[in-house]
Amino acid sequence: MAHGEIKLNLHIWRQKGVNDKNAGIKTYKNVNVDTHMSFLEMLDVLNTKLIEEKHPDGPVSFEHDCREGICGSCSLVINGRPHGPMQGTTACQLHMRHFKDGQDVYIEPYKATAFPVISDLVTDRAALDRIINAGGYVSVNTGNAPDGNAVLVPQDISDEAMNAAACIGCGACVAACPNASAMLFTSAKVSHLALLPQGQAEATKRVKKMVATMDREGFGNCSNIGACEAECPKEISISNIARMNREYFSAVVGKD
Amino acid sequence: MKWITNFLLSSIGKKLIMSLTGLFLCLFLIVHMIGNLQLFAGLPAFGGDEGEAFNTYAYMMTHNPLIKIISYGNYFFILLHAVQGILITMQNRKAKGGKYQGSETAKTEAKVASRNMAYLGILILAFIGLHMWQFWAHMHFFEMDQVKYASMGEPIKDLYSLVAEAFKAEWVVIFYLISLIGLSMHLMHGFWSAFQSMGLNNQKYSTIIRGAAMGFAILVPLGFASMPIVFYALSK
Ligand code: HEM
Ligand code: FES
Repeated sequence: MAHGEIKLNLHIWRQKGVNDKNAGIKTYKNVNVDTHMSFLEMLDVLNTKLIEEKHPDGPVSFEHDCREGICGSCSLVINGRPHGPMQGTTACQLHMRHFKDGQDVYIEPYKATAFPVISDLVTDRAALDRIINAGGYVSVNTGNAPDGNAVLVPQDISDEAMNAAACIGCGACVAACPNASAMLFTSAKVSHLALLPQGQAEATKRVKKMVATMDREGFGNCSNIGACEAECPKEISISNIARMNREYFSAVVGKD
Repeated sequence: MKWITNFLLSSIGKKLIMSLTGLFLCLFLIVHMIGNLQLFAGLPAFGGDEGEAFNTYAYMMTHNPLIKIISYGNYFFILLHAVQGILITMQNRKAKGGKYQGSETAKTEAKVASRNMAYLGILILAFIGLHMWQFWAHMHFFEMDQVKYASMGEPIKDLYSLVAEAFKAEWVVIFYLISLIGLSMHLMHGFWSAFQSMGLNNQKYSTIIRGAAMGFAILVPLGFASMPIVFYALSK
């Protein structure tokens, strides 16, 4: 693909600390952007420029780690869409060739009361970790690793569990949801263990504790809008939410 | 017993209440719509029984003790559904804390109805208020014209004429139609959503449920809409 250069008008949410009264969108006009860059590289270049210019706003803080679409750190809302305009793509894997010369691009942090903004585009998403801590694991005794074929898992079940396990915990579902519900995340974590034999021992406790923690953290209630599924960079299906509802009903009503 | 309150106050329990009350109301809508279609029997074009079928049906509905019990359940479920729906929506607003300034949405994303269930619900509630004032309050509390039919001993209240009269007014017909479009949208999302909330959706059932929701959300409001439309048209 031809090497190209475009100019973008970036409207970026700037915020110093959790309680910044002056937080808001600031505009950076006519920013030169190489179309071969990734979205995060574009922000790196902008930051270099802001630092060199000794710009009063200072560089833009944003989160990243792997830049390979596997860690879930990058968490930008680009033009109103978590991870931007491409289906099934994280912000770090989004390339600037998908933007047009002269385009206005809004870059905002995830919006949810459970995810307070720490600085600019960085939100505190530890609430998701606390949901995992509540039950998103299986307990095993230490010792030799068991034989891989000792527990049989049918291929279709294993595939379905794998689809749920593809969740990278980025929180885009919460960011996309008009209710800031964490049901897609929690249901993916409940599902991938509930589907497998290894997850059965703690299944009842798990779903009850994870849902209770999710509610306590101040996420909204799911109203089945489906924005989460549409924006999930790993394209996790909301059929996981129906599965978690089933798991929850049978855990609460159907078991001691 | 604490597990029951914990369950009903959990996010999933609250949604179960929404879905069960919503589906009960859907059931009510079918019965109410089919019963009311007897209005048409009063029109000269369809035999012209002077409202006998409809009025005797309305008499039975207000006097049968079993129907009475069900109707109290119905009032309760409408209120529960509406109050719970509004509370959930307020809680969700607080959890979100605002809107993005960027304005794109995903191409595969759900339609307007799902994002505006509470507004559609408030429209339906306003409609129910007017509708019950116009007909239900008269049947239960007010003096009304009466008619005598050979099939009934005593003269009974002439609800048929009250309805026919009400549907002569343009604003009534227009408000009914707007509300029914609102109901259709509410059901377009709600009917499917209820099954998702109950955990009954999966790859196997999803298409069937979506189809049924679409059919229900179109046919039921259309059946209701036929009454004000036909009565208004024939009154001109
Ligand atoms: C005949 C009248 C009505 C019927 C048949 C009906 C039906 C339904 C159904 C089936 C649902 C889906 C439940 C779910 O997602 O689990 C629903 C959701 C909802 N309804 Fe109604 N409804 C009616 C009236 C109302 C009224 C009067 C209000 C409020 C003023 C209301 C507010 C809501 C809200 C806010 C939701 C979404 C709740 C959520 O998903 O979080 N509805 N309705
Ligand atoms: S930085 Fe790791 S997924 Fe984007």
